Formats: sequence, structure tokens, C-alpha cells
Amino acid sequence: MDNPHPFAIETRKLNLWYGTFQALYDVDLAVKQGQITALIGPSGCGKSTFLRSVNRITERLGYVRTTGSIEVFGHDIYRPEVELVQVRKKIGMVFQRPNPLPLSVRENILFAYRLHSGGERLTRNKGDEIVEDALSQVLLWDSMKDRLHRKATTLSLEEQQKLCIARLLPVKPSVLLMDEPCSALDPEATEAVEDLIWELRGRYSILIVTHNMAQARRASDECIFMLMGKVIEHTRTEDMFVTPKHKETADYIEGRYG
Amino acid sequence: MNAPPTHSHDPPEGENLDQLNLAWYVDKVVQWLVFFGGISAIIFIIGIFVFIASQGLGYAVKELDLGEFFFSPLWRPTSEANPTYGALALIAGTASVAGFAMLIAVPFSLGAAIFIAEFATGRTREILKVLVELLAAIPSVVWGFIGLSIMNPLIINTFDVPIGLNILNAGLILGLMAAPIMTTIAEDALKAVPDGYREAAEAMGATRWQVVWRVVLPAGKNGLVAAVLLGVGRAFGETMAVLMATGHSVHIPTSVFDSVRALTATIAAELGETPVGSDHYKVLFTLGIFLFLVTFLINLTADLVVRGKRRNA
Repeated sequence: MDNPHPFAIETRKLNLWYGTFQALYDVDLAVKQGQITALIGPSGCGKSTFLRSVNRITERLGYVRTTGSIEVFGHDIYRPEVELVQVRKKIGMVFQRPNPLPLSVRENILFAYRLHSGGERLTRNKGDEIVEDALSQVLLWDSMKDRLHRKATTLSLEEQQKLCIARLLPVKPSVLLMDEPCSALDPEATEAVEDLIWELRGRYSILIVTHNMAQARRASDECIFMLMGKVIEHTRTEDMFVTPKHKETADYIEGRYG
Repeated sequence: MNAPPTHSHDPPEGENLDQLNLAWYVDKVVQWLVFFGGISAIIFIIGIFVFIASQGLGYAVKELDLGEFFFSPLWRPTSEANPTYGALALIAGTASVAGFAMLIAVPFSLGAAIFIAEFATGRTREILKVLVELLAAIPSVVWGFIGLSIMNPLIINTFDVPIGLNILNAGLILGLMAAPIMTTIAEDALKAVPDGYREAAEAMGATRWQVVWRVVLPAGKNGLVAAVLLGVGRAFGETMAVLMATGHSVHIPTSVFDSVRALTATIAAELGETPVGSDHYKVLFTLGIFLFLVTFLINLTADLVVRGKRRNA
């Protein structure tokens, strides 16, 4: 957080192809640090693709090709000499469906920490400390502290999704990417997770994809509207919802398509 | 039925409703055929067990000295004066060969399964899968032949031992025979691990190997155990290759260069030359019951382990 760079994520002329299908066209974006930025747009507009390319998890599919650059706090993460493992440590990702690993709650939280601690042995005390800190940050410590050895896949979906956020925190990421983190949750759980995301604001720069207009409106500082792989509009959330500059944005927000 | 109504008094629907056409009969016949196909496995397994039990079980329970059977290494069924039926050496033979086979097969098959399921892509994966299946289709007598004519001299020359038909030879052969089926089942187990787990771990910065070691293997553990158990079952039941490659000498082994004799090979070699209904004949059936029970238990365990996995998933 001590980085003076004002932007958490800056992209220049980002193009991305799945095989021969182009999913992103010349995306130029600057996402401010310490804020929540929402990505909205109809299905297939490239918002998830953009989000996933910031973690480079897009590269799991062998046929993805990317040009242009993505800078995270001034460091281009697509330079060839960049260590993918470090990129993913700095840039955590939360998925649409909660996907805790089939391990205990405690082991889920220590998973990323162990990956990045370079084989150094983790003492019990240190482990306990990390688990408590991470669970406290996601407001789960009180309800979860007696259930640390439960299998994470048996928790409720809300707890699972919070755990998926918590397990990113021990390696001190600077950016959290969230791909429709509430779409698998019921309304109460959605509210709880939204509250949590708002709680994390300031400590982390958060980029969140959502289908839910109301969620974008109440739980983000800035809003990006994408359509057909292009960025149409990027302004403060209140401005976008009150006085959208583009007709497409206005039409989408008012539910005329999507 | 778009034919215009010809009889104005008779409502045409009434005629059509209770009409049985060909499709109805075909459907019934096929239902029965499929039903019998489905339960035939049960009928056969019960039939086999009843047959083996009728030949050997009564004898095994009433007349056979089970203490001698399980704890004596003396297998002298053809002795005129004092025949003894100690199966300990045969059990030790089967167990040692199967155990050695697993030492070979487990690392090879798990390694192959991990490579095919997690690392190989596209054509490499397809070719490997076909080759593994091809390996499973090699007749066991061919494996026995390899053991007899290639491995035997090779072992004699390499290790400077008097005979190459021994645990090492049979274990290697049996390991290679059991590996393909274990590979296929283990690969299925790894494939069944949801991709979301891999994605989650990779997004946190895990390397491919870390994903396999810390996520996929623990998640697919039950299926892998089942694969190994089925391999053990295969190794216990295999006959021809074992008959040809073990040396077929009744002996409690003390090293991998000792010749042994397996339960299956004993039955195969002796049953044809034994008078039907004699004690020797019935003891051979007792060996069969014992083998049947062991393999049945192993397969049952494997099945329960896999079910356990499904329940927890």
C-alpha cells in the first residue's frame, strides 16, 4: 500500500483472443488504488475475460493470445521475464462459485501462504496467528474459530465465499479480483459478502464483475461499462447511474438489453 | 392417425386406445432381455460360488485340517503314505509375487495416470491412452512367454543366480500386467477431481506440480486407493504368467531370487491330473474358495472406498 502509484491497474491497448475469436478490443483502463471498481455489461461483453487476464488465469486455456500491456502498480505483468507465481500472489482472485479446496478451513487459509513461503516450516503459533488474522478480516473468526478443522467444502455457501476471500489475504495481495462473487448466494448472503467487500475497501484495490445493477450502484466507487469487448464508459458510479454519457450505457442500466 | 372417420357411430378413439402394436411387444421383449442381461452378473457369480462351494466347502469345513492348511508349508498332495495339504508356502508365494508386483506397478501406474490426466495434452494424451489400453489387452500367456524366454536368461546373467524363474521375474511381469488397468482407473479418479480446485490453486500461484501434489492427489485419494486395490486383486488372481515365470517350486521365499509357487498356478497345474472327488481334488477347490474370498474382499473394499469418495464429494 506504500506504493505512491495512483493506479492499481492500468492497461494499454489490451487485446485478447480465444483462438480466432477476439474477446477484448484495445482496452485502456486505469483502476484507482484502494477503491472498489465495478465492471458491468451484458453477458459475453468481455468483463470476466478482462478480470481474469489481470491474474493471467486466462492462460490456463492454451489457446489464449494477449497483446498490449497490463500494469499493476506500475509493473507490467505481461513482460516475459515476469514470474507468474509472483503475479498471482499480488493479485488475488475470487470466483463466481465458491471454490474452497477440499481441505480443512485452516489448511485453506494457509494454502497460499505455504505456496509462497518457499518451503519454510510454519510453526503452529505462526499458523494460528495467520488464520485468526485472515478470518477476522473477513468477519468469520467468531463463528469459525471452533470449526477450523471442518472440511471447507461442507460450510454454507456464504461462509465458503468469505473463506475464499480470506485465503488470499495471508500473502498480502494488493489487488483483489472478484468475478460475480455473489451470484451463487442467496440475498442475505449476498448482503453479507457485499458488506465484507466494502469493509475491505481501502486496504485492497478491488475490481469486481457484477451482473447486478443494484450491487454495482451501492457497492462501488467507480464503474466501468463494457460492450462487445470494448470499454464504453468509465466514470464515478454515481455519475454513471445518474447521468450516463453514452446511449448504450443508459440503455443497459435501464434494462433495455442485457 | 389422421385417417378420416368412416364409422360415424363408433368413436374412433375407442378402437385405438387398447390396440397393441409391434412397438409395444418389442418394448416388452427388450425390457426382459435387458433385465436378464442386468442380473446375469449376479446369477453367474452366485452360480460360480455355489459350484466351488459344493465341491470344496463341505470338505474344507469338516474334514480338512485347517491348521495344517494355513500354517504348514508342506504341500505333498500326491504322497502315497502321508499326503499333507499345507498351503502356507503357496499363500506366501502368491503374496510375495503380488507384493513385488505392486512395488513395480504402483509408482508406474500412478505416474502414468498423473501424466495423462494432468500434464499431457491433445495428441500425446490420446496416444498414451490408446497405448495403455493396448498394453492391457496383451494375453497373459504372452507375458509368461516373455518371462520364460527373455527375463529368465536376463536375470541369470545380470544377477549371477542359478535360476531366473523367481519372485523378481514374476513380480516384474505381473507388475507390468497390472499397471494398465490401474493407470486407467487412477486416471479416471484424477479426472473426477473438479477443475474448480485446480483453477483456485493456480489462481493463488500454485505451480502445476503443486496443484497435483497439494490438491489433486489428496482430492482423488479414494479413487487412487481403489485403483491400487484392483491392481492387487488382479495380481492375486493372475495364473498363466505366474505359472510360467515363478519357477513353480513349493517354497517359503527368503529373497526375491527364490522360486515360489502361487495358489492359482497350483490349481491350474494340478486339477487336470487329479481324480474327481478325491481329497486332493477337494483341497484344490478349497484353494479356489480361499482365492475367491480374498479377491472378493479386495474388490469389495475397493468399491466401498470409491463409494466413500462419492459421498464426501
